[in-house]
Amino acid sequence: MAPTRLSRTEFAIWVAAAVAVVGLPLLLPIFSIVQLTVFLIFCLLAVSLDLAWGLAGLLSFGHAAFFGVGGYAYGILAVNGLATPAALLAGGISGALLAGILGYVAFYGRVSTIFLAVMTLTVTLILLQVMGSTADPSYRIGSAVLGGYNGITNIPSLALGLPLLPSIELGPAGFFRFVGGFLIVVLALGRLMTFAPFGRILATIRENEQRTELSGYDVRWRKLAVFAASGGIAGVAGGLFASWGNFINPEVFSLSQSAQVVIWVLVGGRGLLYGAVIGALVVQALTQYLGAIGTAYTALVLGLLMVAFVLLLREGLVPTFLRLSLILPRHKTPA
Amino acid sequence: MQHLLVNFIGGAFAIASLLLLSLGLAVIYGMMGVINLAQGEFVMLGAYTVLFTAAHGLTLWLGIVLAPVVVGLIGILVERGIIRFLYGRPLDTMLATWGLSLAFIAGTTLIVGPTTEGVATPFQHLTIGEYSVAVYNIFVIGIAAASFALTWFLFRFTKIGLLARATMQNAEMVAALGVSPPRIYMLTFGFGSALAGLAGAVMAPLTGVVPTLGMAFIAKIFITVTVGSTAIFTGTLAASGIFGAVESIVAFLSTPIYGQVAMLLCALVLLRVAPQGISSLWRRHG
Repeated sequence: MAPTRLSRTEFAIWVAAAVAVVGLPLLLPIFSIVQLTVFLIFCLLAVSLDLAWGLAGLLSFGHAAFFGVGGYAYGILAVNGLATPAALLAGGISGALLAGILGYVAFYGRVSTIFLAVMTLTVTLILLQVMGSTADPSYRIGSAVLGGYNGITNIPSLALGLPLLPSIELGPAGFFRFVGGFLIVVLALGRLMTFAPFGRILATIRENEQRTELSGYDVRWRKLAVFAASGGIAGVAGGLFASWGNFINPEVFSLSQSAQVVIWVLVGGRGLLYGAVIGALVVQALTQYLGAIGTAYTALVLGLLMVAFVLLLREGLVPTFLRLSLILPRHKTPA
Repeated sequence: MQHLLVNFIGGAFAIASLLLLSLGLAVIYGMMGVINLAQGEFVMLGAYTVLFTAAHGLTLWLGIVLAPVVVGLIGILVERGIIRFLYGRPLDTMLATWGLSLAFIAGTTLIVGPTTEGVATPFQHLTIGEYSVAVYNIFVIGIAAASFALTWFLFRFTKIGLLARATMQNAEMVAALGVSPPRIYMLTFGFGSALAGLAGAVMAPLTGVVPTLGMAFIAKIFITVTVGSTAIFTGTLAASGIFGAVESIVAFLSTPIYGQVAMLLCALVLLRVAPQGISSLWRRHG
């Protein structure tokens, strides 16, 4: 049995994380902060996948698509002069919409989890080709030139402000704190949801969908809701990514990018949300280290890592560690 | 009239190439319930087999014969090394083969480099009135029809095909009768891989050969196999027919990219209408 409510340790972790997010920009040079910000954005993307995969057992291979759509939505709207927080919100909504459409076809059609994985991956690959084919300058939305494989450039950074006052662009430190704060809020809400009735029913769907249905719960809208929410968070992460680098290109839809999201959660471990964060940090650090040698080596190592974790360390790092250190009883991972 | 004939050949080519590319995965999925995400890379390895034989001065035909053998053996190695540990866990199989797919692409890039290599197309063009049609495209249609017929014959009329179908229905019973199901799974996976290798070899002169070749096909393959579902022959044929036609018509009216988008939208609608696969529209499952 998993614990039935949040432990004090978890509150302590959140407080420590909040302190770190506020304090780190004072300690580290700006370059490191900028680097860490993109790591946090990837953590957010990993957590969004874990919400669907770890909590409800809905494995999506297309979280890169929700991320990318969110990034493109943010980019197109912000370039056209929409206030950046509204553009970020629109990014989240676009991610949720795409996830909602796919989820509707999959869950209301009762297609198997295999098909969900295949269809989400297919959508990602087709988005890659579609966005890649927009190189001609005539492909533009308002003043945003889509730019084919070069992508959209000069996307404004996120600027926050009170209504009626001119908003101020967050500096690297402010943006880092915003992303970190958002990540902690999502983590905390996600963990609280795990222990709420909705989250518990998601867990029963993951463990035995038929039995959940026979107990009188409509699994379809619950799966759709969590999947759309997951896509929405991925979309916000995409918007933050576009704001971080001031550009977005179809590379976000590539097969390796989609695989990376899955690898983060696979390596870190599913269901606890913290695993996704650890996985994203560990794998990104490894990627950066290997990137110095060559991108083909990175892909080779990541691919083999994926095979090795599936065959040998199915649970992922964090659940395995917790089980070994006996802090938590054995945490069941979805099949 | 000539115009119609040329368009007809174009459409038939689109359907045939889709059928040829998807058949291997359709066999693997239909027989074993396993989706191999590295199927595109098996296609790529088949194409490299042709490139390799061509580079050594041998004919394309030898490459086309050799590719299924080479890729089939690689498939058997993959089944023995990875897949067999994951039976009954289809999502894990997908994850592991995805990792394998990344590793194959990266490994091939490290060995041969990321450049696109060409393979010469053997035949000339055939002139129909004021139009011309590549004879090689007609050859691809022939190969697709032949491999479809051969696969159907193999599963329908031979002893090994009978054993494979029996294993799919009731593996325990087959084991009780003295045939090893793991061996049947191994051979089925190898056969599906060999078909992908053949498809890669046949398509190589048309597409060029590059380590990321599989990615160009994998979306189409997935759509066709997903909608065709477990009905290996009728489902795959019907799905290839519909998607090949949709793709070539939309590609003709706009661009090949939108052809694929149209395929995807069509697949989503079909999945909503017939979640159990396209064959459920005319066949009642028990």
